[in-house]
Amino acid sequence: MAKVTFNIDRCKGCNLCVEACPKKILALSHDELNAKGFHPVEIIDESRCIGCGFCATMCPEAAITVEKEGRAEISAAMEKVLMKGNEAMAEAAIIAGCRFFFGYPITPQTEVAAYMAKRMLEVGGVNLQAESELAAISMVMGASSTGVRVMTSSSSPGISLMGEGISYLAGCDLPALLINVQRAGPGLGGIQPAQSDYFQATRSMAHGDFHIISLAPNSVQEMADLTMKAFDLADQYRMQVMILADAILGQMMEPVILRDAEKKKLPEKTWAVTGTGGRRKKNIINSLYLSVEELDKVNRERFARYKIVEEKETLFEEYMTDDAEIVMAAYGATSRICKNAIATARTKGIKVGLIRPITLWPFPKKAFQKVAQRAKAFLCVEMSMGQMIDDIRLAVGGSKRVAFCGRVGGMVPSPEEILEKLEQLNGGGVNA
Amino acid sequence: MNAYHIIIAGHGGQGILFAGKFISYAGMIREKNVSWLPTYGPEMRGGTAKCSVIISDAPVGSPIVTKPDVLIAMNLPSLDRYEPECAIGAKVIVDSALVPRQLVRTDLAGYYIPAQKLAEDNGLHGLTNMIMVGKAIREIGVCAYEDIEAAMEKTVPERKKNLLSANLKAVEIGYNFPRYSFE
Amino acid sequence: MSIVYERPKALSDVPIHYCPGCTHGIIHRLIAEILDQLNITDRTIGISPVGCSVMAYNYFECDMIEAAHGRAPAVATGVKRSKPECVVFTYQGDGDLAAIGMAETVHSAARGEKITIIFVNNAVYGMTGGQMAPTSLPGQITQTSPFGRDTKTTGYPIKVCELLSTLEGTYYAERVAVNSVKNIQNAKKAIQKAFVNQIEGKGLSIVEVLACCPTTWGLSPGKSMEWLQDNMIPYYPLGVYRDMGAKEGGAAR
Repeated sequence: MAKVTFNIDRCKGCNLCVEACPKKILALSHDELNAKGFHPVEIIDESRCIGCGFCATMCPEAAITVEKEGRAEISAAMEKVLMKGNEAMAEAAIIAGCRFFFGYPITPQTEVAAYMAKRMLEVGGVNLQAESELAAISMVMGASSTGVRVMTSSSSPGISLMGEGISYLAGCDLPALLINVQRAGPGLGGIQPAQSDYFQATRSMAHGDFHIISLAPNSVQEMADLTMKAFDLADQYRMQVMILADAILGQMMEPVILRDAEKKKLPEKTWAVTGTGGRRKKNIINSLYLSVEELDKVNRERFARYKIVEEKETLFEEYMTDDAEIVMAAYGATSRICKNAIATARTKGIKVGLIRPITLWPFPKKAFQKVAQRAKAFLCVEMSMGQMIDDIRLAVGGSKRVAFCGRVGGMVPSPEEILEKLEQLNGGGVNA
Repeated sequence: MNAYHIIIAGHGGQGILFAGKFISYAGMIREKNVSWLPTYGPEMRGGTAKCSVIISDAPVGSPIVTKPDVLIAMNLPSLDRYEPECAIGAKVIVDSALVPRQLVRTDLAGYYIPAQKLAEDNGLHGLTNMIMVGKAIREIGVCAYEDIEAAMEKTVPERKKNLLSANLKAVEIGYNFPRYSFE
Repeated sequence: MSIVYERPKALSDVPIHYCPGCTHGIIHRLIAEILDQLNITDRTIGISPVGCSVMAYNYFECDMIEAAHGRAPAVATGVKRSKPECVVFTYQGDGDLAAIGMAETVHSAARGEKITIIFVNNAVYGMTGGQMAPTSLPGQITQTSPFGRDTKTTGYPIKVCELLSTLEGTYYAERVAVNSVKNIQNAKKAIQKAFVNQIEGKGLSIVEVLACCPTTWGLSPGKSMEWLQDNMIPYYPLGVYRDMGAKEGGAAR
């Protein structure tokens, strides 16, 4: 909740705040005149105020006070800062009201835990280094059961260990944020970047029928923004939301503005275990159902919810696809490399564009189906042996050629090799 | 030129990442798009450290620098490894106190400065990196001279503010060191 | 006429699913009595294990969570850290606590988590039909030790109270049994203490309860009580293994 108050008699009706307001909820009064004889500013819809402080920043009269619940420190951080992706996710989680972090160190995401160790102290939260990822995810389960915002963070091998707990979170419909800063596998693999956990994140997280929402940022700014969004999605749908990043994004620094996301109205957590307080019947957080009918029913109900998520929450970016004959598909760090390749390809007359899924589950099928009507071929670029490519093939249904360009083991595809592949596809290969 | 693709390389502990961060902040002050990508993990433990920095008018695509147009080489293995990767015409700053050779390629511009020795002579232990940066500012203009102080202010963390002036001094020494050719 | 005993209010008024003569019912009841006496049901959160007592969440009137196998102390950690004002207990068997969940057990104790662990040790895996547990006695016949537990190949039973009492973070560790009225009365006192410690903000309290599994032991309930007395107690001596409260000269009972 944010609150704006104006010192009306100071206002000179300059309109600067009105223009600065990103939510367009300020206006100069038509009827009122203040003591100075100006039409002063007024707020049209305070409920939509996000407390960004832009109006107050602009006001030459210093006549505006902006208040925000417990977030005074944020407005000071409105300027651009240079931050690692890992740190930006951690700070964004704090801004989103997360006060509970349970993790276990693993390269290349350790900065998340290190950042939390400092920040949680400052904001009065809890940061706990568990004895293993198995324990960490169960601690997440415990905290989430009480209705608080909670998260964990790991990298590929650690996420595999968390599979158990994530399945339980899904079976109990407990919201949680999970971060996977992917590294190369399988096994211990390596610590260099990879995108080889796509299948795991979108299909085979662990046992049982369930989905998690997978968000794939491609910049430090998006890592922050999507982290905040992830908590809302988790609470809205009682789901587990994963930020599927990679070592490049986790380790790189970019300028980032840590802006607070708009406060969404979210369902009350009446299911949480907080002690009955003698006011209600007891709540049980549970995933065990011995009655087959009942388990069938809860699974169906859960999938009905997933359907809504697929309809409402699918996100993607389209880049230069309007006239594209070849449409590339890439998410996360590789999508940036594709954009480099597109710039060069276009100067060579190759009409190429990009669809970048931002939600990997739900996958933006329709976006691919739409461009498939006019594009001649697709090129999927991944740091894997080919995982997302299956979703593209499923989406376009064999109507168009879907080629692949991938690197594994911690290697990153270069713009040059992508370009080479584009040239091959363009030179007669397109219709093959 | 509307973009710099910079590689700073040396061994772990030379302040490679810090130097990259400083250049990134200097870019940010001018509202450029910047990215900074380190090496990490065991590679850092006494091995070669590398930092890729891109400063660009356009949004940064891949943060990985494969063909640097600026190379700051702080030891011989770094020069050996990254000289062949440089773009044609790239500018290379070499610490001649630590690197006992000149550039092999003739299509690059080399600038030599005995940074390690200058640091020791001036009591600036551990600030070889910023002397190299000073040289890069002078020869290549990776950042504007007048932005040095503001960028340093942002780069040096709060708890190390006492080191601010030494860092600035190191940049100055690098900046003012006369050009000389390798003998 | 005054009531000597009545079903505790914290124990849900539903039939329980355990085998006849199973001592889980006794231990559940003792916990419920303590919840009533301390008047904490409305601020207590219990964590059920995996094993026979997996459905313990149906039997207590407080809020309950069903954890993954062995992870109850980790779940309890998450709950207690986010709701320190609540009273948090786990209810775990020997497989859950001392096999798959040993890491979580040891580390929650090492951290001195302010939780209460009720550890039910019946020296066998009950739910899966009577296999060897980490606490099965040397020579004990189970489905997976058909010739008697051979310590040369399967190692030795884990003495949980002794093990945890070596840790600084363990505030209180006591072993009790529920095979006689006297032992049950003592067990109740120990469980009460384990909850009171938590309410007073002390570290981890664990009560190990030696229990019977007539079904998989292949004995009548009555004979089971005797078997426990004759075989388990000599190997797992009853008593207080660690009590920091007594050391501090504080509220020792």
